[in-house]
Amino acid sequence: MSYFNEKELSKLAYDLRETVVEMIMKSGGGHIGGDFSVMETLVTLYFDQMNISLENMEDPNRDYFVMSKGHSVEAYYSVLAEKGFFEKETVVNEFSQFGSKFIGHPNNELPGIEMNSGSLGHGLPVCIGMALACRMDGRPSRVYTVMGDGELAEGSVWEGFMAAGHYGLSNLCAVVDRNHLQISGTTEEVMTHENLANQVASFGWNVLEVNGNSIKELHEAFEQAKLVTDKPTCIIANTIKGFGGGEIMENKAAWHHHVPSADEYTAIMDEIKLRKEAIS
Amino acid sequence: MSNKIPNRQAICETLMLHAKTDKDIVALCSDSRGSASMTPFFNEFPEQSIEVGIAEQNLVSISAGLAKCGKKPFCFSPACFISTRSYEQAKVDVAYSNTNVKLIGISGGISYGELGMSHHSAQDIAAMSAIPNMRVYLPSDRFQTAKLIEALLADEKPAYVRVGRNPVEDIYSETDCPFQMDKATVSTFEAKGKSVVIVACGEMVRPALEAGKLLAEAGIRAVVLDMYCVKPFDADTLISQAADADLMISVEEHAPYGGLGSIVASVISANCPKKVIQMALPDDHVITGKSAAVFDFYGMNAEGITKKVMDNL
Repeated sequence: MSYFNEKELSKLAYDLRETVVEMIMKSGGGHIGGDFSVMETLVTLYFDQMNISLENMEDPNRDYFVMSKGHSVEAYYSVLAEKGFFEKETVVNEFSQFGSKFIGHPNNELPGIEMNSGSLGHGLPVCIGMALACRMDGRPSRVYTVMGDGELAEGSVWEGFMAAGHYGLSNLCAVVDRNHLQISGTTEEVMTHENLANQVASFGWNVLEVNGNSIKELHEAFEQAKLVTDKPTCIIANTIKGFGGGEIMENKAAWHHHVPSADEYTAIMDEIKLRKEAIS
Repeated sequence: MSNKIPNRQAICETLMLHAKTDKDIVALCSDSRGSASMTPFFNEFPEQSIEVGIAEQNLVSISAGLAKCGKKPFCFSPACFISTRSYEQAKVDVAYSNTNVKLIGISGGISYGELGMSHHSAQDIAAMSAIPNMRVYLPSDRFQTAKLIEALLADEKPAYVRVGRNPVEDIYSETDCPFQMDKATVSTFEAKGKSVVIVACGEMVRPALEAGKLLAEAGIRAVVLDMYCVKPFDADTLISQAADADLMISVEEHAPYGGLGSIVASVISANCPKKVIQMALPDDHVITGKSAAVFDFYGMNAEGITKKVMDNL
């Protein structure tokens, strides 16, 4: 059931960050920085936009989602747990544990997950296949993927941008979690995407740029994308890596997969609490 | 050569037969429809055909997405590219995600003999076999190819199929093609002397059978296994046929590492140890030329196989 309540969803994004922190503290590993930057995107998709639920996963007319930046799996699992695909307590206790199905990258043996990912540059081309199949069968489905900005250095992403533009796949929407950081430093230092919007638009895409940590702006962009009938949409979601974790982790490349210390844990949880209170 | 129909054409004809009634069958090419003999399919079923351009990674991932949404994609690209350029897509999007994608490697082995190593696929058996949940098939003639494609249309699991570019002499016939999915086809050439089991796949089956005949004429009993199903490998048939053999020999259009010969050797050594000889392409730059001439150069023909057996018995 889709609905739009900016405050409620903004608060939910912070609740789920708490779940992410619990998962990472318990397992001793994870990709916390990207989890925090992408959270509003996932919350908007799963609780406002997409026709995906535990009940309709066998319905071919559902929407489809592929988490291309699979390393943000803690955010993804926390959203799926909130959506009812599995128990939150289960994922917190079992994430990255020996033999667990809650692997450190998305595992499609779990309910709600269409495709395994983890190796970057796969999600967009897979979604092109999904979007083509839906168009062939005249389904109302929309197909979504979320990529990281560091991921854009993979050549297969650009094969995908080229093909989706060529086919005019208006039922496809790709989000770039544009947090400007990757494991070795800024994206501009590692492999620049300074002209990203123009680059993607030149492949025949409708490109929208928003504050990717704003539920309202994301909602509006997804709604605009639905109105386009002849080309795919790329939403460049400008985000802050580590968003919501406060000064200690925001915009810091070192937090790509840093595990908080006890003091950092307390500081992050306090910051999240403060931000939630500021919403209500 | 009497047969003019390459195995790739048999694939196209089989798919066209079914695509009329099964609209979920989709063919994808990477600017390779001519090489794949798939132009008739693309012309007759444009709504079930997808051209991705020269982009093999995209080819395989798009196929996986199609399969996830209920389609039955057969994706075609030269074996040299689809088995390596898109190897990770085959591993992650097809095998690991368990999507119903059939990867068809055309012009396999040294079909493009004159074009050099970039266009040879002498590593595809090793590469594809090493991926969990990926099956590997090298059919020997057009009739077996058609039967294999029929079987693959009926299941929903990943598979890699390698076929050559040129027509090969018929081994079986329209009415006599004893095909059983994932079971080797056994041909026996009786004689009273010592015995050999020749295990071959793909285009090497034909010279293996001819060698079997020559060996029997020379008094050597030869059993030829058409091991088109390299994975899942038919170990049961191999072990049962090996029981009475004095010598085992494998013949494959592949590098000497990780292919049919490696599998035969590992099964025999674990179950019924005896001498296993391997015939394969060299671990080196393969000499360039038309494939028949290249096979002759390396002794990968009926006479060469016969001599290898005689020398080792």
